[in-house]
Amino acid sequence: MTEMDTALTYPLQVVNLLAALLLLISFAMLSQRRVVGLITLFAWQGAALALSTAIVAWSTGQHHLYYSAALTLALKVIAMPWFFYRLVRRLDVDRDVEPMINIPTTMLIGIALVIFAFNLATPISQMAGTVTRATLGIAMASVLLAFLMMITRAKAIPQVIGFLAMENGLFFAATSATYGMPLVVELGVALDVMVAVFVLGIFFFQIRETFDSLDLKHMEKLKEK
Amino acid sequence: MELYWVLGIPLAGGLFLALWGSREHAPEINALFSLLTLIAAGLLTARIVEEGPIMVADGWFFIDSFNVFLVALTAFVAFTTALFSRPYMRIEREHGRLTATRLRLYHSSYQIFIAAMLLALTTNNMGILWVSMEGATLATVLLVSLYRTPASLEAAWKYFILCGVGIAQALFGTILLYFAAEKILGSGGTALLWTHLNGVKEQLEPTVLQLAFVFLLVGYGTKVGLAPLHNWLPDAHAEGPTPISAVLSGLLLNVALYAVMRSKVLVDGALGTGDGNGMAGNLMMGFGLLSVVVAAFLIKRQTDVKRMFAYSSIEHMGLVTFAFGMGGAVASFAGLLHMTMHSLTKSAIFFAVGHATQSAGTQAMDGIRGLIRTNPTIGWGLMLGTIAILGVPPFGVFASEFLIITTAMHQHPWATPFLLIALGVAFASIFGKVQPMVFGETTLPRLPYQPALMPVFIHLGLVLMLGLFVPPYLADWYRQAAALLGG
Repeated sequence: MTEMDTALTYPLQVVNLLAALLLLISFAMLSQRRVVGLITLFAWQGAALALSTAIVAWSTGQHHLYYSAALTLALKVIAMPWFFYRLVRRLDVDRDVEPMINIPTTMLIGIALVIFAFNLATPISQMAGTVTRATLGIAMASVLLAFLMMITRAKAIPQVIGFLAMENGLFFAATSATYGMPLVVELGVALDVMVAVFVLGIFFFQIRETFDSLDLKHMEKLKEK
Repeated sequence: MELYWVLGIPLAGGLFLALWGSREHAPEINALFSLLTLIAAGLLTARIVEEGPIMVADGWFFIDSFNVFLVALTAFVAFTTALFSRPYMRIEREHGRLTATRLRLYHSSYQIFIAAMLLALTTNNMGILWVSMEGATLATVLLVSLYRTPASLEAAWKYFILCGVGIAQALFGTILLYFAAEKILGSGGTALLWTHLNGVKEQLEPTVLQLAFVFLLVGYGTKVGLAPLHNWLPDAHAEGPTPISAVLSGLLLNVALYAVMRSKVLVDGALGTGDGNGMAGNLMMGFGLLSVVVAAFLIKRQTDVKRMFAYSSIEHMGLVTFAFGMGGAVASFAGLLHMTMHSLTKSAIFFAVGHATQSAGTQAMDGIRGLIRTNPTIGWGLMLGTIAILGVPPFGVFASEFLIITTAMHQHPWATPFLLIALGVAFASIFGKVQPMVFGETTLPRLPYQPALMPVFIHLGLVLMLGLFVPPYLADWYRQAAALLGG
């Protein structure tokens, strides 16, 4: 334990605050009923992530994290939400998203997942040498909450936002445990995510054309008899 | 140098076909690019056989006997599939199932898909390995939904979401791997290079590596189609166009298993285990055995011919995973041999099935009858392919299955009854269903065109040859690769 760890420095306090915010947004996404609201929350989550990455970069002198922060800002705060807003408007799907389990139950499951995530993260964060290691539990929790969202939503766009939120959580985990992955890997991951969103954009139109809806309830034909 | 050609040609092909893919001769251009890739891969293989493992571009790429064998296999099956797809897709278009724009998408994505798999195989960086695996998935999502039928869209959606969630687990595994590596190798790009990791694997933190391996196995295992993570696989194979079923089954599953194996070598090193008594080996044996058993019993219920053979792929990949999990020289050798045999045989079967479904106009097995009378070459191709995949001697699948089962009897006798029962059930159900398709009474019309079955017989010929006689240099090569896997 170094001096810096015991007495939390000012930037680190901000990072912890942002981490808490990230978790809060994850819960808000779970309870959000409208698609547009979900997209806004996703943009906010990206913003919290970009800001905390930038602060970690500044306070630890890890310059490559600035690039990751900029990438997050450009992709997840600006480009993707814009793309999704447009998609929702073009496809006209901003009706209520009815979750498959009612929201209070989902929230309770979410709380259990957070406890589980913290338990899972404790042994790893004890081994970590980063100043941000305390936030690893939160990162794991947001991954699991995003996963829960993917499971409980029956519409295509919320599922994809859940998928991207999961990626956000993983990214945050990488920052808290190791100050981010090597830059070339991060660029590659960003490229994949971008291509994925693009492919899905095309895909949504195909689904819509064929089923006349983005409700995945129509997609339960392929089952084992 | 050869390596740049291996990666560059399919990438250039993808870009070229994205612009020109709707032209009259796009299928030929597609085959030409695949042929050039195959030649480059052949040269690369020759060089590795001569000079041993090489590093290219400051260690960003690493090629040894294990991955060059998969590079050669990938390039070969990619080429024969392109040959098969040339007339096949043209007929699909004449039947009105596809348009020129969709064919352009198909040809371009096909090349990009091959490029992504070859990058995954040759990269030395575990992070880039992840990136290219995901890239390979993305390249094929729109191919699975190429026909735009409701079922194909559903299959593509399932493929995307399930593999996406799976691959996210693998990303977390990679993060954990980097977390353990960074302490010893320092932060920065080199800490994820497999050769560097392999050099210091004894010093890596065992608990972290164990956790990392669980995530990597679940993540890449979803792609391999290991039960209970296999749900996407039969749908994607059944609903996509047949050439895509052939490359998904024959190639993508191998590449995913390759990623698991690279991780296993590291975790075995960190835990100081190997030869099948380690945690990694046990997990792989468990997943492998479960996949063999689950798939064998699900085959019985299938009515769609492509779905049935998709389940058979799960069964065989389970068997290979089980063999690699046992570890040791013989089991790893058998695993590699079985991987080759399965790729060649299964893609041959899909080629034959593709023409059979075109002639019957349905994928339902009830609708396909008496191929031997109307279209003898298709009938023989399907029958021989089925016999080969079921492990009847003298085909090569028999040799590799025999090796796997005898090793299992020595090392893990408890597993043998499960394997034998599963293989027996699979045999009975597949043979029972294919037999009337080939020999039954029929009212089916004859195919109005010449089926492209050359690739089927080339593949089956190779499988037959390898069953009777494995050339010494090839056996040496397999042995070297098996040794790299900790044999």
